[in-house]
Amino acid sequence: MKVGLFIPCYIDAFFPEVGIATLELLERLGCSVEYPLDQTCCGQPMANSGCQEDSAATEALFVQCFKDFDTVVGPSASCVHHVRFHLDAIEQTPEARKVRAGTRELVEFLHDDLKVGSFPWAEFPHRVGLHNSCTAVRGLGHARPSERVNEPDFSKTRDLLAKIPGLELVEIDRPDECCGFGGSFCVTDEAVSAKMGYDRVNDFHRHGAEYIASADMSCLLHQKGVIDRLKLPMKVIHVAQILNGGPL
Amino acid sequence: MTRPVDAEGLAARFIADEAHESTHDRLVWGMRHNRDMAVAGVPEWEELRELASRIKEHTLAHLDRYLEEFEANATKLGTHVHWARDSEEHNAVVYEILHAHGVKSLTKSKSMLQEECGMTPYLQKRGIEVTESDLGERIQQLDGEPPSHIVVPAIHKLRSDVAALFARDLGTDPTNADPHYLAEAMRQDARPRFMAADAGMTGANFAVAETGGFVVCTNEGNADIGASVPPLHIASIGIEKLIPRARDLGVFIRMLSRSALGSAITQFTSHFHGPRRDGELHVVLVDNTRSDRLGSPDFWHGLKCIRCGACMNTCPVYRRGSGLSYGATYSGPIGVILDPGFDIRKYRELPFHSSLCGSCTEVCPVKIDISDQIYKWRRVVAAKGLLTLTKRVGMRALGTTFAHPALFHAAESVGESAMVHLPRFLLYNSLNPWGKHRELPAAPKQTFRQWYIENRRNP
Repeated sequence: MKVGLFIPCYIDAFFPEVGIATLELLERLGCSVEYPLDQTCCGQPMANSGCQEDSAATEALFVQCFKDFDTVVGPSASCVHHVRFHLDAIEQTPEARKVRAGTRELVEFLHDDLKVGSFPWAEFPHRVGLHNSCTAVRGLGHARPSERVNEPDFSKTRDLLAKIPGLELVEIDRPDECCGFGGSFCVTDEAVSAKMGYDRVNDFHRHGAEYIASADMSCLLHQKGVIDRLKLPMKVIHVAQILNGGPL
Repeated sequence: MTRPVDAEGLAARFIADEAHESTHDRLVWGMRHNRDMAVAGVPEWEELRELASRIKEHTLAHLDRYLEEFEANATKLGTHVHWARDSEEHNAVVYEILHAHGVKSLTKSKSMLQEECGMTPYLQKRGIEVTESDLGERIQQLDGEPPSHIVVPAIHKLRSDVAALFARDLGTDPTNADPHYLAEAMRQDARPRFMAADAGMTGANFAVAETGGFVVCTNEGNADIGASVPPLHIASIGIEKLIPRARDLGVFIRMLSRSALGSAITQFTSHFHGPRRDGELHVVLVDNTRSDRLGSPDFWHGLKCIRCGACMNTCPVYRRGSGLSYGATYSGPIGVILDPGFDIRKYRELPFHSSLCGSCTEVCPVKIDISDQIYKWRRVVAAKGLLTLTKRVGMRALGTTFAHPALFHAAESVGESAMVHLPRFLLYNSLNPWGKHRELPAAPKQTFRQWYIENRRNP
């Protein structure tokens, strides 16, 4: 299966290991993966601030980079959510529509499309707290949102992590409470964002997590900032790194 | 030019006070938790939400018809029906009625609409004494603060705050913060006012077109004392409160208090059908921007709101910053989407006082797309040129960088510290806000793209 690899800007710049893990994992699972070199960003930072005009050229570039792929996979729920639901600052040409419809977030691609049964190359003998991001849960439907108390419980990321030998998931008090990253919110509403981050990280810490794992590295960038400031004995890790068995 | 409400600054101040913030978050989250428990007891909850949403949509789509039906049926019951285009008209109508009856003091039960209209200061300026009958609302009135929550107006205060306030205004012992003691002191102070009042004012949770009656839900029975003791009762009702039939009430009453506090029903659900014997009942139907909103394809669904407060309880930003940080009548997620409709310049920062987590949309009992509307309000603010200068300039620069691969790759070029790049291309703001409470990530040796070129293109 031919796959266009979408590596969001902040992963490219700060967490190359997450991009490498995603690429290697997809290759191991038999995909023919190509990373278009001119990609930069999906347009979300500008669009989330309401700046449609400033987002248009970036969105056009995104479509240009991925127009030849039927399937585009990216390791970020919030960026994929933008592409699928909000990439509308540009004309909705057949190419734009194709790219938007074909863009998949890594977890849903593994869980729903490839239906991966096992990751025999991986093990992770650690206590892990799962941070399902807000866009993953309420935007892309990765898991049952906690507000929907009467619906059957499910979590795609948890299903995947359950296939990893040694990995022990820890329960926390507020399973899908927002960590407070929120894009530019993290600096424009600094006090609220930081307090939410402290509360989130402490919830994991209280319950003995060694790692906070997520399909969203942007949430983890923020939580890592908190962990490092508080000097807590915890690390953050992208789900792709666990499923691929590294790199760390 | 109108100065925008500084929601971020107000929230930061509340958070800096550790005792208030942590108690507030715990109590308000507790209401969300209780809501979950209550909802678990109603297996058909999601169907109820859908039904409630459709009833409201239907009513709003035929609002003219239902309003006239309500007016006709209410009039038949002997209720005087008045119409008010905006807050000024509302206040004038109310004052006229009070003035004609020689009212000197009135008992007022909690009403967000009267709050929205600025009614209390308007009446006080004209010599009418107003006493709030809801305990939390009375606390806020004594303290000169607006309610911070639709349902629990003084939730941001600690018991010790109330003790200090009552010591000042009611002469209680400032060191005694026992809730029973404080409530009793308030009872002793308020009861004579209630018994002597010349009029009672309420809002309404629902107005029924079919019957011409309306319903007021409280947990203290405080609407009833105002409506029952004095001979004159005036109810202010927003035109969006209409529902078609009495039997539709069952859908909403089942959801209201479960969503709000997690109780099956409010302690008092009072139905008013015409004036009581020897009394007079007036209803003021108020528009105050609601018609404009009804004409907005993106925002008309906000009119479905039944004011339960569930979106506030679940909102992580509201719980940290408190309702007062919104600087508006309506706070929390519902406030973020309602307030800009009243004054876009004043409330232009509110759509950004949200992490867009989407939990509000999921708890809303009438399925308002709150989170989507917050996102859309950001576009409105930007399109009107009302973004802060930092954001406007930052986003323009960011958009240019991301649109040109060469610029982007230069911006993230390795060898320099990430400290230099984070603000420029990711945080597009001064470095300080991030670093106040968080560390920055260390810069990696190479970007993913560079690794890819080395390892896959030229291995």
